[in-house]
Amino acid sequence: MLDADGTLSPTPAAEPYLAVIDALSDAELEGLYRDMAEIRAFDVQATNLQRQGQLALWPPSFGQEAAQVGSARAARAQDHVFPSYREHVVARIRGVDPVDIIRLMRGLTHGGWDPTDPRNGNTHIYTLVLGAQTLHATGLAMGLVFDGRSGTGDLERDEAVIVYYGDGASSQGDVHEAMVFAASYQTPEVFFLQNNQWAISVPVSTQSRSPLYRRGDGYGIPAIPIDGNDVLAGYAVTRVALDEARTGQGPRAIEAITYRMGAHTTSDDPTKYRTSDEEQSWARRDPIARMATYLRSRGASDAFFADVEASARALADDTRVRTNALGGVPTDLMFDHVYSEPHPLIDEQQRWLADYEASFEEGTS
Amino acid sequence: MTTAQPISTPAPEPAGDPADAGVIRSLPLSKALNLGLRAALAGSDRVLLMGEDIGRLGGVFRVTEGLQAEFGDRRVIDTPLAESGIVGTAIGLAMAGFRPVLEIQFDGFVFPAFDQITSQLAKITNRHEGAVRMPIVIRIPYGGHIGAVEHHQESPEAYFTHTPGLRVVSPSTPNDAYWMMQEAIASDDPVIFLEPKSRYWQKGEVDTRAPALPLHASRLVRRGTDVTLVGHGAMVHTLLQAAALAESEGTSCEVIDLRSLSPVDYGPVLDSVRRTGRMVYAQEAPGFTSLGSEVAATVMEKAFFALESPVLRVSGFDTPFPPAKLEGTYLPDADRILEAVDRALAY
Ligand SMILES: Cc1ncc(C[n+]2csc(CCOP(=O)(O)OP(=O)(O)O)c2C)c(N)n1
Repeated sequence: MLDADGTLSPTPAAEPYLAVIDALSDAELEGLYRDMAEIRAFDVQATNLQRQGQLALWPPSFGQEAAQVGSARAARAQDHVFPSYREHVVARIRGVDPVDIIRLMRGLTHGGWDPTDPRNGNTHIYTLVLGAQTLHATGLAMGLVFDGRSGTGDLERDEAVIVYYGDGASSQGDVHEAMVFAASYQTPEVFFLQNNQWAISVPVSTQSRSPLYRRGDGYGIPAIPIDGNDVLAGYAVTRVALDEARTGQGPRAIEAITYRMGAHTTSDDPTKYRTSDEEQSWARRDPIARMATYLRSRGASDAFFADVEASARALADDTRVRTNALGGVPTDLMFDHVYSEPHPLIDEQQRWLADYEASFEEGTS
Repeated sequence: MTTAQPISTPAPEPAGDPADAGVIRSLPLSKALNLGLRAALAGSDRVLLMGEDIGRLGGVFRVTEGLQAEFGDRRVIDTPLAESGIVGTAIGLAMAGFRPVLEIQFDGFVFPAFDQITSQLAKITNRHEGAVRMPIVIRIPYGGHIGAVEHHQESPEAYFTHTPGLRVVSPSTPNDAYWMMQEAIASDDPVIFLEPKSRYWQKGEVDTRAPALPLHASRLVRRGTDVTLVGHGAMVHTLLQAAALAESEGTSCEVIDLRSLSPVDYGPVLDSVRRTGRMVYAQEAPGFTSLGSEVAATVMEKAFFALESPVLRVSGFDTPFPPAKLEGTYLPDADRILEAVDRALAY
């Protein structure tokens, strides 16, 4: 819908979606920009914190903000979200505190937030085993069907599921099996593939010789490619797909064609496998700059942009302060939730460790 | 199409680094593995490397660095991102007479391939009554001490040692890494090759001329008289630390590097236990139904009358590998080993 230079020039294929965009207020359009700009500041801060040894690892979302913001804003409050590990702004939009993501990457937890806490907007925790979450999302969506929580025709109440994964992950068997189940049981679910062109060092051409969205056809899942750097396209297409899914029309798939502008994670060195020409050509399609131009053309004020910049800086600063203030982890965390019910072996080891650690304290006193 | 005829590809001759054959060099373990792989690639054009990001990037730990540039992208293959696919297609390549060497990027990501490894790879030779061999090596960086996120610090060895048909090995030194890699590739059986990732950057002497021990031999690395300490991979170094500390307190510990986890070479272990009368096994993996359990039970069966105390195990706890900030508590360190040594001596 939005050209790389920020003018609204919908392609013929986009026509059916224009009404969805027209329904957005100025404040909502500005909100999309704000989401993207703030998370970028957070992401840069988290990357810096990793470089300073505060985090074990950081997977930057730099460049993929539009695909994430558009799709996350398109979901309704009752929807369920299954991210992989780079969906920082998706999580934030759903209500997750970004510092909870930091806690995972700092080595304090394997989770970070409670998906059952209403404040987290039905957002499941990150999954580091590629593709595994697509099956979980499909199972949850099957449960919605079995329980009649979807497909009643009430858009405000019917629940749907959106699951995120990457172009690399799309090669995993789990993703194929998830699509088979989703199609078989006509789940209310959107498969949201962010094709950021690279799986660490391996280009998308190694994962698929045909455009990835076309795989949907093979499973009987209607699928559509979008410009992943166009937040309006991300919003409109996901909105429609989720609503179709929630009205009992079965699963949908979206391939958001975007680009990871940074490294895969902070351990990666992209100069080993891609050219700066490539990076620059994608930088010219930056999702945030594009939306800024569009908003200006609609009359957004300098004050608005200054305000976004200030709140982005505030989020980044707050992230730094709160990250540095994160405490340690109680040893009991290791034992407390291995099983739901008491387990003699675990109980014995927990007691042993407590005694063992106490023996050092006695020794030093 | 299936091939039922035996594969007659000769095993590659273990060859030194062609650039400076026979030189004793100080190398980090990752580089020693790289040279071992390079020697195997140079030694036989049936050897293939396959894995995620192993080509242009040289692997996330750079173990395969430079090999694609040297041998081309049909010998060093960047695969699609699919572990079951990597192992499953390697099985077919082995049927076609190749000797694939696979990289699983991290320990926790071997499980998508678990079915292909345990139900297929491990059993194919048996199923074919010997007519089809599976000369496949699966390299897995394993173990903790690198402060990583979940699924990047595991010790899955017991799943594989529990599976008949697989050989499982783990080098602890660069010299062993160099030679064991070539020996594993030369084996006509599938070998799970566990690389202690916390040792990747540690240097040691590599003698590219004199082969080390056979692949399935255990090795006495430190002499002692009071207690036998046994372990594998990165734990061998912790055992040596513990032995040094024990010595300063007047206890003499013998240290054995198991090297081969399946089969286990019990000779040096039993000899040692017969001398010391006491044994402690240390491992990063959880203790319940682990390699240490198996070794302890066997030593008790075979050397019962030599034992002065029960064989003790020091393990990771029977919990999931914890978040990185707790790994120091989870992983056995020299103190935990010494605590077990004290308990053994107290009998
Ligand atoms: C099953 C599994 N295998 C390997 C990995 C290691 N790994 C982490 S991310 C990654 C690349 C993923 O690429 P893609 O799915 O395109 O997502 P992106 O990171 O580009 O967002 C790899 C190989 C993993 N996490 N899980």
